[in-house]
Amino acid sequence: MSEGAAAAHDVLLVGGGAAGLRAAIAIAETNPALSVAVISKVYPMRSHTVSAEGGAAGAMAADDTLDEHAYDTVSGGDWLGDQDAIETFVQEAPRELLQLEHWGCPWSRQPNGRIAVRAFGGMKKMRTWFAADKTGFHMLHTLFQTSLKYADLRRYDEWFVTRLLVDDGRVHGVVAIELRTGRIETITAKAVVLCTGGGGKVFPYTTNANICTGDGMALAYRAGAPLKDMEFVQYHPTGLPFTGILITEATRAEGGWLLNKDGYRYLQDYDLGKPEPTPVLRSMELGPRDRLSQAFVHEVEKGRTIESPYGPVVHLDLRHLGAKLIDTKLPMVRELCLKYERIDPVKELIPVRPVVHYMMGGVSTDINGATPIEGLFAAGETACVSINGANRLGSNSLPECLVFGARAGNAAAEYASSAKPAPSVVLRQNDDEERRISQLLATDGGTEQIADIREAVQSTMEDSAGIFRSGDSLAKGIDQLAESRQRLASLKLADRTRAFNTELVAALELANLLDIAETILHSAISREESRGAHQRTDFTTRDDENFLNHALAYRDADGSPRIERLPVTITRWPPGERVYGR
Amino acid sequence: MSAPATYRQPVSRLWWLKKPTYLLFMLRELTCVFVAWSVVFLTMFVYAIGRGEAAYRRFLDWAASPVVVVVNLVALAFLVLHTVTWFALTPKAAVVRAPRAGRRVVATKMVYVAGKVRPAATVIQVGGRVPGAAVIAAQYVGLVVVSVFIAWLVLR
Amino acid sequence: MPDSIQMRVTRYTPGDSAPTVADYDVPLRQDWSVLDGLNHIKDNLDGSLSYRWSCRMGICGSCGMNVQGTPKLTCGTFLSDYAPGPVRVEPLTNFPIVRDLVVDIDDFMEKLPKVKPWIVRNDEAGALIDREYLQTPEELEEYKQFSNCINCMLCYAACPVYGLDEDFIGPAAIALAERYDLDTRDRGRRERLDVLIEREGVWGCTFVGECTRVCPKHVDPAGAIQRYKLEAAKESVMAVLLPRGAL
Repeated sequence: MSEGAAAAHDVLLVGGGAAGLRAAIAIAETNPALSVAVISKVYPMRSHTVSAEGGAAGAMAADDTLDEHAYDTVSGGDWLGDQDAIETFVQEAPRELLQLEHWGCPWSRQPNGRIAVRAFGGMKKMRTWFAADKTGFHMLHTLFQTSLKYADLRRYDEWFVTRLLVDDGRVHGVVAIELRTGRIETITAKAVVLCTGGGGKVFPYTTNANICTGDGMALAYRAGAPLKDMEFVQYHPTGLPFTGILITEATRAEGGWLLNKDGYRYLQDYDLGKPEPTPVLRSMELGPRDRLSQAFVHEVEKGRTIESPYGPVVHLDLRHLGAKLIDTKLPMVRELCLKYERIDPVKELIPVRPVVHYMMGGVSTDINGATPIEGLFAAGETACVSINGANRLGSNSLPECLVFGARAGNAAAEYASSAKPAPSVVLRQNDDEERRISQLLATDGGTEQIADIREAVQSTMEDSAGIFRSGDSLAKGIDQLAESRQRLASLKLADRTRAFNTELVAALELANLLDIAETILHSAISREESRGAHQRTDFTTRDDENFLNHALAYRDADGSPRIERLPVTITRWPPGERVYGR
Repeated sequence: MSAPATYRQPVSRLWWLKKPTYLLFMLRELTCVFVAWSVVFLTMFVYAIGRGEAAYRRFLDWAASPVVVVVNLVALAFLVLHTVTWFALTPKAAVVRAPRAGRRVVATKMVYVAGKVRPAATVIQVGGRVPGAAVIAAQYVGLVVVSVFIAWLVLR
Repeated sequence: MPDSIQMRVTRYTPGDSAPTVADYDVPLRQDWSVLDGLNHIKDNLDGSLSYRWSCRMGICGSCGMNVQGTPKLTCGTFLSDYAPGPVRVEPLTNFPIVRDLVVDIDDFMEKLPKVKPWIVRNDEAGALIDREYLQTPEELEEYKQFSNCINCMLCYAACPVYGLDEDFIGPAAIALAERYDLDTRDRGRRERLDVLIEREGVWGCTFVGECTRVCPKHVDPAGAIQRYKLEAAKESVMAVLLPRGAL
């Protein structure tokens, strides 16, 4: 144990959601001799995995094949996904979901006792496993409770990582704040896996929880690792207005319709097929999320949406599904609508609108979760392998956490088995952090409130990098973010106490959000085409000749993002037309 | 490494006055005293009968005195509370099944035989749970039947 | 409806001799939850207020607090229900206060693993069976309710036994034990029973039933515990009548 460090481990997992816990269990099972720890700013059962509703895709049905799942994912991602990673993903997904079943996950079943699958957006076959409409909740609790089997697995609950310890191109651990006491500690590790989820809070309307502030992405970025495909932000077509609470795609998989103010199933106007009374796979309401969100914007422009106190909405109609189906397959949806909208979906229309939901982009990794920094890995939404390309299909992200959580965990374990312990020089970074944090807490004369800057950043992002962007809107956004960064330097903190200082955490999270936001805008302005979730009004078509590649955002010495490009790996599916409804 | 002081919230001795449900709980617990009293009273009653006419008369006179009457009325109220809460609790503790009400599913389960995994056909009995309200109602019916029987025994 | 409401919020910093109360006036909007009120305070009135929250949709279990004396998830409790106010917001009962509305739940985190809340099965032998264990929808229904626990700790805050006896394992832990016992894939009943048959296990419970009343996910931990008691009693009787050696 390095002198001065609070603890030393072989592998440290930052984040305790599906990816982090899966990685931890993987290492505990295959390398029980290694010292593994999970560090998370919240107790693991609070991780945002818990909010996922719809399901997890795995091709296991008799009439389904891995190639079809792969093709759906490749085309769903508008050909920006790396196909070698996608092939690995679709192969390992069913095994991972089965493993979870063995660990007790209460997957919904067919009457004969076998796993039930449902349809989902952009999938040609029914392959989405589900646990009622609380799939993420059940998966997370299954993983968390299973992780309790391993008495040697150490956890640091409510510790906020502020910095990665990097020396000479290699990671050596982290510096973190123990939130209970406010103490700043160093934890050294031979390998670190970032599993901190996405950063939806960069935007004002999001399904994401308060904790989704892109911490891991920012940590990696500041340490010198590139962030890949940051411009691709997914808007989920059906979030509740005001709260942004997710109304799962499963509502549409079970047969729900999207109606505009005339009660018209408007998606038929946008090359997504013809409306049928029951759901047709890869058609209409089961099209991919980016196309559905874009259709909404067009409906707003045509004046065919419904005005609500919180802006334009459309209606999600579940009335024809009947109370019995809704209570069996979509019980939480009914509860959420009753509680937050005072609406009963059995009898009334649900007001919905697109809200930010997922980041396809993230820390650039290879197929084993490794980043260019030695010993640093990433998995889950934090990472960008990329399997989701320009648009993620619903029910691919939960198995992604499992597949790449396990792979990154195992790769990190293998690396750690032969790596040397941290050199003592890195421990000085603890003092640097201590000084930086103390300064933040001690500063008088600050003038800016966290909430004001955060709202400014969020509104900048919505205006400049929403569902549709342009070179002008993005450039304007970059300027506005520069202003926000200046304001951040004059932050005023009311809370000077060390113990459980959530205002300090909010300030640090805001800094992370700002880093993420900058990479999003710079990546977006560099991509002069429209593909998947990145739609440019000044470059409206897909340009495979120049842009069949990923944007890699590196942090320059002056703090601004530098964009490089990395070609997409094409194996068996050359770029084709992305067709839905035909 | 010393943790900063957390504050232990004190629990008041009168915690059970804070909510009507807590108070009801305490009263329910108190019913056991009156259950014990009614057992004692009945025992005294039977003993008095056994000792002959005079002892029996003395017992009845004593039982008719105002204090004892009031105590017994209070005891009756608590016994009713005891019965009602006990009956309501039963379906929570005991899940009653009616085998013929469910359905039988023939399924193939994977079983381990001599270290290898083999499929084996099994019949699963599913469903057929008797709803809680029915369990509670059945107990009241039982109570009425037994009471009628005892009344008949005593009054004939 | 008046346009503002007073929130009386507990404040505590380690080192204080006792918690205090701070009053804040927040806008009273139809759609605002108590959590929205707290966020308004933190963003605009007093940035030093500490509390936990995350999903704001009642699934993560972070935001449990006492609202007007009753444990609630503040994200699903609406200010308008307490109009004209004031509405008292306090940390969950029965837990030590770390800071303001943040309580120490480490006791639960230590107790939970004791009931082995995972599938206990000894026939895996390292081999991955590439099929699922069969489980009919009815078999799933048997334990599903108990699997919906979000670990929000409202039941512990409501339970007077937990308040008086810190060794009591508590409602959520026992409900989770029952969830696994009832799962047809599990074989761990015996092992869990050994833990729960103690005084600080199921027998600590006196069936006050408040846990079930405050549970926001309709888990019914009280029901789980009473069922467990019956099973435990049966096991004890059987153990006396039919000692294991005799079978």
